[in-house]
Amino acid sequence: MEIVHVYTKLHSEFGRQCLFSDRPAELLVDVPADQSLASQFTQRTRRDQSLQASRDMSEHRVNTKRFESESCGLNHEEGGWPKDVNHQVMEQTIRFRKKVEKDESYINSILQLGSVMEHCIRQNNAVDIYQDCFEDGEMPEEHQEPPSAKTINVFRDPNELKRTVTGLSWHPDGGEKLAAAYSCLEFQKTSRDMSLDSYIWDIENPNRPELSLKPASPLVCLEYNPKDCHSLVGGSYNGQIAYWDSRRGSQPVETSSVEHSHRDPVYKIIWLQSKTGTDTFSASTDGQVLWWDVRKLSEPTERLVLDPSREGNPERALGAISLDFESTMPTKFMVGTEQGLVVSCNRKAKTPTEKVVCTYDGHQGPVYALQRNPFFPKNFLTVGDWTARIWSEDIKESSIMWTKYQMSYLMDACWSPVRPSVFFTVKMDGVLDMWDILFKQNDPTLSLKVCDEALYSLRLQDNGRLVACGSQQGEATLLEISSGLSTLQKNEKSLLAAMFERETKREKILEARQREIRLKERSRSEQSRSEDGGREDIDQSPLQLMARAEEDFYVLTETEKKGKEREDQDLSSEKEVQILEQSNE
Amino acid sequence: MLVEETLKRIQSQNGVQGIIIINSEGIPIKTTLDNASTVQYAGLIHQLVMKARSTVRDIDPQNDLTFLRIRSKKNEIMIAPDKDYFLIVIQNPSD
Repeated sequence: MEIVHVYTKLHSEFGRQCLFSDRPAELLVDVPADQSLASQFTQRTRRDQSLQASRDMSEHRVNTKRFESESCGLNHEEGGWPKDVNHQVMEQTIRFRKKVEKDESYINSILQLGSVMEHCIRQNNAVDIYQDCFEDGEMPEEHQEPPSAKTINVFRDPNELKRTVTGLSWHPDGGEKLAAAYSCLEFQKTSRDMSLDSYIWDIENPNRPELSLKPASPLVCLEYNPKDCHSLVGGSYNGQIAYWDSRRGSQPVETSSVEHSHRDPVYKIIWLQSKTGTDTFSASTDGQVLWWDVRKLSEPTERLVLDPSREGNPERALGAISLDFESTMPTKFMVGTEQGLVVSCNRKAKTPTEKVVCTYDGHQGPVYALQRNPFFPKNFLTVGDWTARIWSEDIKESSIMWTKYQMSYLMDACWSPVRPSVFFTVKMDGVLDMWDILFKQNDPTLSLKVCDEALYSLRLQDNGRLVACGSQQGEATLLEISSGLSTLQKNEKSLLAAMFERETKREKILEARQREIRLKERSRSEQSRSEDGGREDIDQSPLQLMARAEEDFYVLTETEKKGKEREDQDLSSEKEVQILEQSNE
Repeated sequence: MLVEETLKRIQSQNGVQGIIIINSEGIPIKTTLDNASTVQYAGLIHQLVMKARSTVRDIDPQNDLTFLRIRSKKNEIMIAPDKDYFLIVIQNPSD
């Protein structure tokens, strides 16, 4: 509806000065409300709506389908021959070639190309044009970047039913391959459908394992032979030892006989230094440590029963969970037991009593990992219950250094092969901790949550940069550590040696003090015993002891009650005083 | 004859492992290596030179590829391309 106002003006009045005057408002149009239209609408319930002066965004996640890729080479076949030449027939090809060689343009181009080529060849021979001109010997002081680690690859158990990665071992030659042992350690959780295989992974290809090893029973631990990069030995859940040659395929070359093997899962197996390079020894919770020669796995070459009372009694033997062997000390080895003791043994001892040299009272639970420091073999690291402890061989009563109690159980640990003061631990909440004891002793230098489930095993590659950890759901994660934690710092060895010495000395002093105190106590009690011998005898009867205990108890409670009553009285008297004061005001 | 001389001179240089001449279709005209290797090199290098040439030309149409060197861990492959022929030399630098 258009509202129009028409006005007229005489032509003679154009250009005349405008004279404005006020006028009251005039109603031009009035459109009344039409109530009949209201029936077509309903009132909407009141609602709060927030407004924001920004662009509307929404989140959307996309996961591309995983596709499998494989590297392969390309083989070329002869081709490009003109139609009339059959390249199988030698004559025709020779004739064609001869024809081309007679061509003038051919001769010209070859001469020209030849001279260019000769120039470059001579250049190559004269100077290495790709050499490093500026030797970077003295690397500029690296900024102290915060230590970090990033995940490079994750190797997942290809089977439906996931098993725990209980053992990891790096390929000895350069560490391009990782062998992982898969088994289910939970009691009676293995189902018939669970695969028994363990795999060797190529670290570049996480899609498919390079080789699968098929033992008779799932493998709990697996080790590459450090001397021979093709042979592996594995300890399985039923106690047998199996020997593989990776060139021969998935089936074990030999398996030990069931009668002579362990009677419990083999938790750790290590290759020994020997002339033949075929000796290994294994430990299991049945209390035995067995030595094997892999050429003849039908029977162990030697047997040791871990009896702390040194009688070789298998009934009282301690179950072994971890082993350590340092090639610089070939006659000694150490065993970590389920009961929390660490036993140091001598292999060359003649009698079984001599075999067990000494024990260290380690942890309140099984000692899950045990390793000597590769730079300071006198000190070793153990992990069990909720702490990690560093020990010195000479001090048997307690560890020289230990971490505070962690939030979850520690499952495995190992030293860094390049930095003597760095070690790594994995915990049941899926966290990988890196400790640098020269930098910080109370807390880990770096703590990474690798996955949501528990981490069971850990292994560092020999160059110290790559670390593999295995989880309960069969995932083996490969991480790369920042260079700060994997390159040897200046003075590190001497600083660490000083630290270890200092701690060892402290423990020694404490030990000596304890001994003194104990001696004093003993001599004092002996003295008092000789003075009043008669009274001591009567007191020994249990009834008398109980009566005395009761008496003490009642006396204590009475004194406490009296004390409390007195307190209450004091309080109430105070209150009265306060009330009086208030009423006075 | 001149061609023969040139090739002989190249072959006599230090570290030269093989020479192949291929035409624009990829057919090896002359070679000092065995047939299988020649065919491999011919097929692969031909494609690479075509790609390299088109790359250079796409960036600047006035430009053209004059020489191509592929340095690998074990040796160096040098390719001198022409309008119709390629001269390929595989050298193992002695230093």
